[in-house]
Amino acid sequence: MKINENLAISESGFLFNPTTGESFTVNPIGAEIIELLKEGKTDGQITEMLLKTYQIDSQTLQKDLHDFNDILKQHQLLEPNE
Amino acid sequence: MEKKHYERPHIIKLETGMPGKFGMRNDSPPTTHIDGVAVKELVAGYGSPLFVISESTTRSVYRKAYKAFSTRYPKVQFAWSYKTNYLSAVCNIFHQEGSWAEVVSGFEYDKAVANGVDPAKIIFNGPGKSTEDLRKAAENGSLIHIDHLDELYTLTDLTGELTRKPLVAIRVNMDTGIYPMWDRFGFNYENGQAWDAINKIMMSGKLELVGLHTHIGTFIMSAGAYGIAASKLADLALGIKQKFNHDIRYIDMGGGFTSKNTLKGSYLPGSDTNPSFDDYAEAITSALVNSGFKPDNLPLLILETGRALIDEAGYIITTVIANKRLSTGRRATIIDAGVNLLFTSFWYQHPVTPAQGFSQYREENALYGPLCMNIDCVRDSITLPLLNKGEQLVIHYTGAYNLTQWMQFITLRPKVVLIDQDSKTHIIRESESVTSVSGFEKTPDYLNIIK
Amino acid sequence: MNKPLITIGVTGLNAIDSPGPGVAVIRGLREATSFDVRIIGFAYESMEPGIYMHDLIDRTYQIPYPSAGADVLLSRLEYIQSREKLDVIIPNFDAELYSFIKLEDKLLKLGIHMFLPTISQFEERHKVNLSEFGKKYGIEVPLGKAIFDSSEIFALQKDFDFPMMIKGKWYDAYIAYNMEQARTYFNKISAKWGLPVVLQRFVHGTEYNVTGLGDGNGNTVAAVPMRKQFITDKGKAWAGISIDDKKLLAITRQFVSETRWKGAFELEMMKTSDNIYYLMEINPRIPAWVYLAVGVGQNIPEALTNLALGRNVEPFTTYDVGKLFIRYSYDMIVDRSEFEKISVNGEL
Repeated sequence: MKINENLAISESGFLFNPTTGESFTVNPIGAEIIELLKEGKTDGQITEMLLKTYQIDSQTLQKDLHDFNDILKQHQLLEPNE
Repeated sequence: MEKKHYERPHIIKLETGMPGKFGMRNDSPPTTHIDGVAVKELVAGYGSPLFVISESTTRSVYRKAYKAFSTRYPKVQFAWSYKTNYLSAVCNIFHQEGSWAEVVSGFEYDKAVANGVDPAKIIFNGPGKSTEDLRKAAENGSLIHIDHLDELYTLTDLTGELTRKPLVAIRVNMDTGIYPMWDRFGFNYENGQAWDAINKIMMSGKLELVGLHTHIGTFIMSAGAYGIAASKLADLALGIKQKFNHDIRYIDMGGGFTSKNTLKGSYLPGSDTNPSFDDYAEAITSALVNSGFKPDNLPLLILETGRALIDEAGYIITTVIANKRLSTGRRATIIDAGVNLLFTSFWYQHPVTPAQGFSQYREENALYGPLCMNIDCVRDSITLPLLNKGEQLVIHYTGAYNLTQWMQFITLRPKVVLIDQDSKTHIIRESESVTSVSGFEKTPDYLNIIK
Repeated sequence: MNKPLITIGVTGLNAIDSPGPGVAVIRGLREATSFDVRIIGFAYESMEPGIYMHDLIDRTYQIPYPSAGADVLLSRLEYIQSREKLDVIIPNFDAELYSFIKLEDKLLKLGIHMFLPTISQFEERHKVNLSEFGKKYGIEVPLGKAIFDSSEIFALQKDFDFPMMIKGKWYDAYIAYNMEQARTYFNKISAKWGLPVVLQRFVHGTEYNVTGLGDGNGNTVAAVPMRKQFITDKGKAWAGISIDDKKLLAITRQFVSETRWKGAFELEMMKTSDNIYYLMEINPRIPAWVYLAVGVGQNIPEALTNLALGRNVEPFTTYDVGKLFIRYSYDMIVDRSEFEKISVNGEL
């Protein structure tokens, strides 16, 4: 899976998908994750980086990340690799 | 370097009409403290879920209600409705404030006596009094409100064995323009049943008719209906005066006032639209003052309001057990307090607030209790911050009926804590243990062996 | 002469095909001769067109839906007031009026004036109470009854006759031609809007509307009657013409003086073939077609603002008869960043 690279996220957490014309709001950690996905980081790398900055255990984080990925897929922000 | 507070990642699609960051500020601020005591501290000390009763709120709401009536009418008496909340600590707050007791069973009657209430200040209502209940109440000089003719005859028959004349009132039902009309309790006004019962009592000479009682329904959103009810009782009282030259001592308007809760399906919140004590007081007292009573001979006005006095003082503190996503993509939050503790969630949209501060992000949730039972839903749909497992929520306006109608179903019931006026906490009911349930069971010997 | 500058908050910016009155109200305020204005828009949703009309509205804030309750609304208005120093608010939605009426005293303490009907006027004119209302004030209304159970329709059919109107407490109305339909509509409406459901005798005739303003002491400050010329498939007027109907004006004045109506209103009237006027509905606010009243010489938004501020307002006595309003829609080009600001910050 791969994030749509054209996504524009503003500082206020407003996300616009130019391919579909849909708009979203995303919270700061969500924006951080999307930026990391755009940089091509793997889920493992992202988990590792977030564990360093946030007060959270790895189990909960992985569960939440998984759920977040599902929602990104549902909104067609994550696309299958070509 | 200190790590940042974690909030789970969240993304939400903006639809037309979807409120943005501000729209999400629609909800109330977090409830970090109740009467100056930190929610975290309460949970640490007493566990979760936890029922909390605020003594300050209980007293201040009572005083507001009393003032609404007593500033408009010279003789006012409240009687605490035991079925609404019969924890002794709660009852005794009301008794200290000057309330009599209003009971609807032999059990509640005994509880009121045990609380130290003068039997002459106990009103005994309801359709289910046993002969023994009637004998005891009559002998003690309590006020017996007769519900049906069978009860009237039973009590009349008992008088032969009694050392004193029973003090009675009749319960009257009537059309006050509200729906549904409660005609299953008492004697009907419009079709003459009530007048007939009054005549039977007066003619028999064996019972002392001291009052007239009505209770028009529950959660009545129209104060005007009480005005109609009060006028009809006043008419009956004046009829008694005319025919028998007998003065009744009191008119009991029952209860049924709304609390601040919002009924399911209402568009505007109940705290905005429900009538205030002043609205009810104005309707009732105007009707009585404008009726044919002589100014120096006004009957005592009794009110049995329960819900409106205690709902606001009750809280349930609950903890998030799990977050999950339903097949439709909706978010569901499971908490450790369900309909077993919150019977009233079947008809109210109880306000629910987080017990700690949160960012501005919110998500629409279904809020489920812990029971393995499909009915266990506290709120079908509520917008909440992004809660983590183990964080607390506070459910508001839970003081009425839940501590009497809660169910020992699937799990045990938690502690109830009272916060006094100095912000000190007291356990007023212990949490249940396995023996508080199975201790009453008896198993035949041959069923004690399962191997 | 220097005109005073007044800051006015206006709701109802949804100038869509079934429009809210806000944009029309603002156009009236912009054309006021007795003051200049700064307009603060209040929006519920980020796609309300008025938000993006910068020549009409200086700044817009999102406000919470009425279902959030008066306290939440108040705290939002306090925030807005701390930045904008509003003098007047003109609410334009039925559903929000209750909260604003409840907040009247508190807003006045913040320096915000309104000119709204009283709670009892607001409740009394409600669809559910219209029959009582007609009896009390001697105004002809169609026979109506609020019912709680569909079995009541059977007992009432000889009084009402078919066809009859079946109406919801808040919205929705259907014409039922037989018992079967009446029951179906009862169930449909009660499922959606709750009880009671209102039965109303069907009145054949031509529909007329009057918009006006009462000063709260029984005086009619403004009144302009209109006949719809063209309606959309939702039954909204897309064109209408001002008319001179003395009887309609007399009923309007009777309504205002009997009820001592305070604030703006719209009366929906039905005139039968034998010239009887029935009052069908009372809307306790300015209607979306109010700009016709402005255009024919009765600037109701301006007069309402002056009344709210406690100024003396001379009643209008004339208006141009035979003027039409014809509504049109208009496509604005809006940058994504504007949508972003209102969506994320709730302000633009």
